[in-house]
Amino acid sequence: MFVLPGYDAFLGFLLIAAAVPVLALVTNALLAPRSRRGERRLTYESGMEPVGGAWIQFNIRYYMFALVFVIFDVETVFLYPWAVAFHRLGLLAFIEALVFIAILVVALAYAWRKGALEWS
Amino acid sequence: MPPSFTVDLEAGFRGLIEAAGLSPAASRLIWLPLPMLLVLVAAVVGVLVTVWLERKISAAAQQRIGPEYAGALGILQPMADGLKLLVKEDVIPARADGLLFTLGPVLVVVPVILSWLIVPFGQHLLISNVGIGIFLWIALSSVQPIGLLMSGYASNNKYSLLGGLRAAAQSISYEIPLALAVLAVVMMSNSLSTVDIVDQQSGAGILSWNIWRQPVGFLVFWICALAECERLPFDLPEAEEELVAGYQTEYAGMKFALFYLGSYINLVLSALLVTVLYLGGWGFPLPVEWLASLLGQNIDAPLVQVVSATLGIVMTVLKAYLLVFTAILLRWTVPRVRIDQLLDFGWKFLLPIALVNLLATAALKLAFPAVFGG
Repeated sequence: MFVLPGYDAFLGFLLIAAAVPVLALVTNALLAPRSRRGERRLTYESGMEPVGGAWIQFNIRYYMFALVFVIFDVETVFLYPWAVAFHRLGLLAFIEALVFIAILVVALAYAWRKGALEWS
Repeated sequence: MPPSFTVDLEAGFRGLIEAAGLSPAASRLIWLPLPMLLVLVAAVVGVLVTVWLERKISAAAQQRIGPEYAGALGILQPMADGLKLLVKEDVIPARADGLLFTLGPVLVVVPVILSWLIVPFGQHLLISNVGIGIFLWIALSSVQPIGLLMSGYASNNKYSLLGGLRAAAQSISYEIPLALAVLAVVMMSNSLSTVDIVDQQSGAGILSWNIWRQPVGFLVFWICALAECERLPFDLPEAEEELVAGYQTEYAGMKFALFYLGSYINLVLSALLVTVLYLGGWGFPLPVEWLASLLGQNIDAPLVQVVSATLGIVMTVLKAYLLVFTAILLRWTVPRVRIDQLLDFGWKFLLPIALVNLLATAALKLAFPAVFGG
């Protein structure tokens, strides 16, 4: 049924893990009192009437980090098979990975110089 | 040389059922949910103990007494808190997005529980020894920020939105050094499987643990794991002085409890993974073969194997709770960092260090293959 051994357990555990929040929320819905009166459902803003909503356009300063993250995340994923098979590949693989990482370090240095890693 | 008898509960249990006349497929189906439920219960008990420890140790650090009325020494306090949250009213703000608001905490807690799939407590004492092992945890841990971002956005509250954005920025910044630190360990064990990673650290007891060969990797991993768990000094997404409670601001009752549960399960999980990756997993500080011969016992004897498997579970839990203890002490020792300091530390310090550590490991493995896993 399963080509890869052990992954039927993954599927089973996914179902059990997903049942935890579902059960918790259903029990909560059955046990907890319910009242819809008053200001209860007003958005919290330190005791004041909320001024406008939060769904507005504003400058997200983190998007440059997100871009750099994608580059390095993909890099790390590429390095995983290299690391697992490294004992069979030897010196040449080491030099190849060195070149690969050097290119990305140049990219990191560029992003650093350009101020992409500055928060302000 | 592997011992001829090892503690393998699955083989024993299935053998027993199959002897009663069931097919192998049926016996596997009956076996499968048992370790999962056991691990789930263990995780929840682990969280209750951790919450109690956190409150007691925090109290000691501040010269208070802490919880003392619920059970002996207040040990039942976390359970009382959980029961209280279970009967609390669930409030969804009128302006929030109801569906995403509910889905957020679920997405936070499910991957964290699912990661326990690969935590080994012994040679065969884990739910499933899947081939990609530790990589599965890295993949699952990237799902969590989506849940945080989702709940921050869905609340339609400014504090929540800022908290959610901070949580996402923080966890993507610390994920890469974390993955690179794991990569160096993977390179030494030539495998992604958590069982192989622990096996590679056995032989000479405490001296063969990875912490001696990967001291930098250990520190990078533990710092990043604390940042991923949003523990102080990295708890900016829920910094109460600035953001009330960050993405949790609008949450009450069971949904809040899910966030709480998720963060503590994550802390215990991270401590267990540090144990597996760097502290020899279920291994003793002294080689078990040497201990057995000292006591005049045959290592293959069933009784010795059962005792050593039990002690292995105790060792794993002890090491993990030592790390949980340091995490709690760190909380009262180090002040919270600022968001720009946090991102600088991740990108400009930990990332280069983790890269250098990886390349150094590769170079050392080429130079001294015997010491660095062949």
